[in-house]
Amino acid sequence: MRVVLAEDLFLLRDGMIRLLEAYGFQIAAAVGDGPALVEALVTERPDVAVVDVRMPPTFTDEGLKAVLEARQVVPGLPVLVLSQYVEQLYARELLADGAGAIGYLLKDRVFDSDSFVDAVRRVAAGGTVMDPEVIAKLLARGARKEPLGELTDREREVLALMAEGRSNAAIAERLVVTERAIAKHTSNIFMKLGLPESGDDNRRVLAVLAFLKA
Amino acid sequence: MTNTKKRLSAVAEGGFWFFVMLLPMLVGYVALTLSVSLVASIGLGLLLIPPTAAYLRWLADLRRSRVRQWRGIDIPRPYRAAPEFGAGFAGYWRRIRFHGTDPAFWRDGAWVLLDPVVGTLLAAVPIGLVLNGLYGLVISVMWSVFTQHGFNDWYLFVHVHRGNEGLRWAPTALGVLEAAFGVAIAPAMLNAHARWSRVLLAPTPAQIRARLKHLTETRADALDTQAAELRRIERDLHDGAQARLVAMGMHLNAASQLLEKDPEAAQKLLMEARDSSARALTELRDLVRGIHPPVLADRGLVDAVRALALDSPLDIAVHAEVVGRLDAPLESAAYFAVSEALTNVAKHARATQVWIDMRMAGGLLKITVTDNGIGGADQARGTGLHGIERRLATFDGILALSSPRGGPTIVTMELPCASSSPKTSSSSATG
Repeated sequence: MRVVLAEDLFLLRDGMIRLLEAYGFQIAAAVGDGPALVEALVTERPDVAVVDVRMPPTFTDEGLKAVLEARQVVPGLPVLVLSQYVEQLYARELLADGAGAIGYLLKDRVFDSDSFVDAVRRVAAGGTVMDPEVIAKLLARGARKEPLGELTDREREVLALMAEGRSNAAIAERLVVTERAIAKHTSNIFMKLGLPESGDDNRRVLAVLAFLKA
Repeated sequence: MTNTKKRLSAVAEGGFWFFVMLLPMLVGYVALTLSVSLVASIGLGLLLIPPTAAYLRWLADLRRSRVRQWRGIDIPRPYRAAPEFGAGFAGYWRRIRFHGTDPAFWRDGAWVLLDPVVGTLLAAVPIGLVLNGLYGLVISVMWSVFTQHGFNDWYLFVHVHRGNEGLRWAPTALGVLEAAFGVAIAPAMLNAHARWSRVLLAPTPAQIRARLKHLTETRADALDTQAAELRRIERDLHDGAQARLVAMGMHLNAASQLLEKDPEAAQKLLMEARDSSARALTELRDLVRGIHPPVLADRGLVDAVRALALDSPLDIAVHAEVVGRLDAPLESAAYFAVSEALTNVAKHARATQVWIDMRMAGGLLKITVTDNGIGGADQARGTGLHGIERRLATFDGILALSSPRGGPTIVTMELPCASSSPKTSSSSATG
């Protein structure tokens, strides 16, 4: 699997390259600033990109802007965004095109290399992986707007895990119920959120988006 | 050479004030006397106050900026920051009251009444001397033409008439002396003109004293707040991230010693070290948010407040009409003021809905935070509101509270943005 890596700090970039290569990824390009990232994404068309938000030249949300720009040229290009802090505002912007294949994680999630690499793979496969901290804030806020208010507590729990990018099997294991029960919950969620019949992956993305926007 | 140039340009400045600006000044004179006399007789003059004030302000600002550029004399603006007046007759009435009660308006008025005499005298004397000197030259050159047509007059003390040809070149000599004198005194006269302008156009000593008192107080407040912030940061680092790193180091050390004897225990310690580092990161992250939120740095005030609204347990609608970025310290002050206001709402108001409105109008950043809670908030008692007020005061900002029992509570904050800080005025002075 070919990866474009964007990280301006040499130490971290080096560590990430080693980590990803150890798990069998091939580094197509490793860049250190916004414009170079856009260029690399558009020319290399990697299977997935791992991108740091804060980079030169502005040291603000350079990486985020580069990703949004590149995804206008290459719609649905899978990107996992890493940051020292996560913001719902940025999560929404990343998911706004509804194309999915977006991950948004705190940088320290890299410490747990197995689940980090798992997240990279899920994003590459078109899934959506939101950081538990984003989800926790969403849950803390509670459902205050339709149609999320119609969900039961259990369904919200399932939706939260779905937003973290977990499969039905993983959710079932986490909540200690059968996978069939989870499948029932997810179809209820899709129905209550009024999501049209389409591929399961796509509906999961839309459900997460609805969750973030509530 | 440059000295001569300076003197000549001072003469030209005098010409500008006399030939170009005297008429507009007289228009201001008429507008002012008209509105004042109509107030005295039938009250209609009140309606003339806002346009007159605007016109006088334009004249005064023009004088201030020219004087700063030409004479290097800084005349600060004494005007109060204008609030939002609103539309309709009520808004117009507020406008009249605002200007009518602003001492600076009346001082502008006094200036426009006196300056056509005092200011004109100071500005026009050098150019008058130069022009009269040139006139002497003309008399000498055209002597025969003049005198043949019955010209019979005095140029200074030279009697110009037929039969006095012996003194034909005396006017030239006198004129040159006179013009030279005019040029020589021009800088001093124009400086006097600038200082005269400052008498009525600059803030009064009382205003300056009040300002000084305000600045001293807010500076002390700002320093206190800053010192307290630094102490808090130091404590947070000491008890948080630093302690975690120490624990991490100990875990790693212990793990390296156990590596051979008891790999399983070593593994456990390594995991603990990893968790310590993750917790240290979380704590640092929270600390950074409290110092300068990343979204504020990335995107500015509006998006930072939007992010704040998203993270809040309250249902918050944000409406913003603020284009571009503001000064970083101002953004930060406004952000933390809004944040503090929201904390207050969450703590005391029992509200379900909050509306935040941010807009720029007339050089003011105006933010209102409205909630549908129980009301009854008291500015005198609430430490939260007092804290916001002190935060804003450093930037000459103000806070107003409306919170009847039963709600709604409206907190209005205003911060001047088109700052008259030396930073901006000096850049225009070099032009």
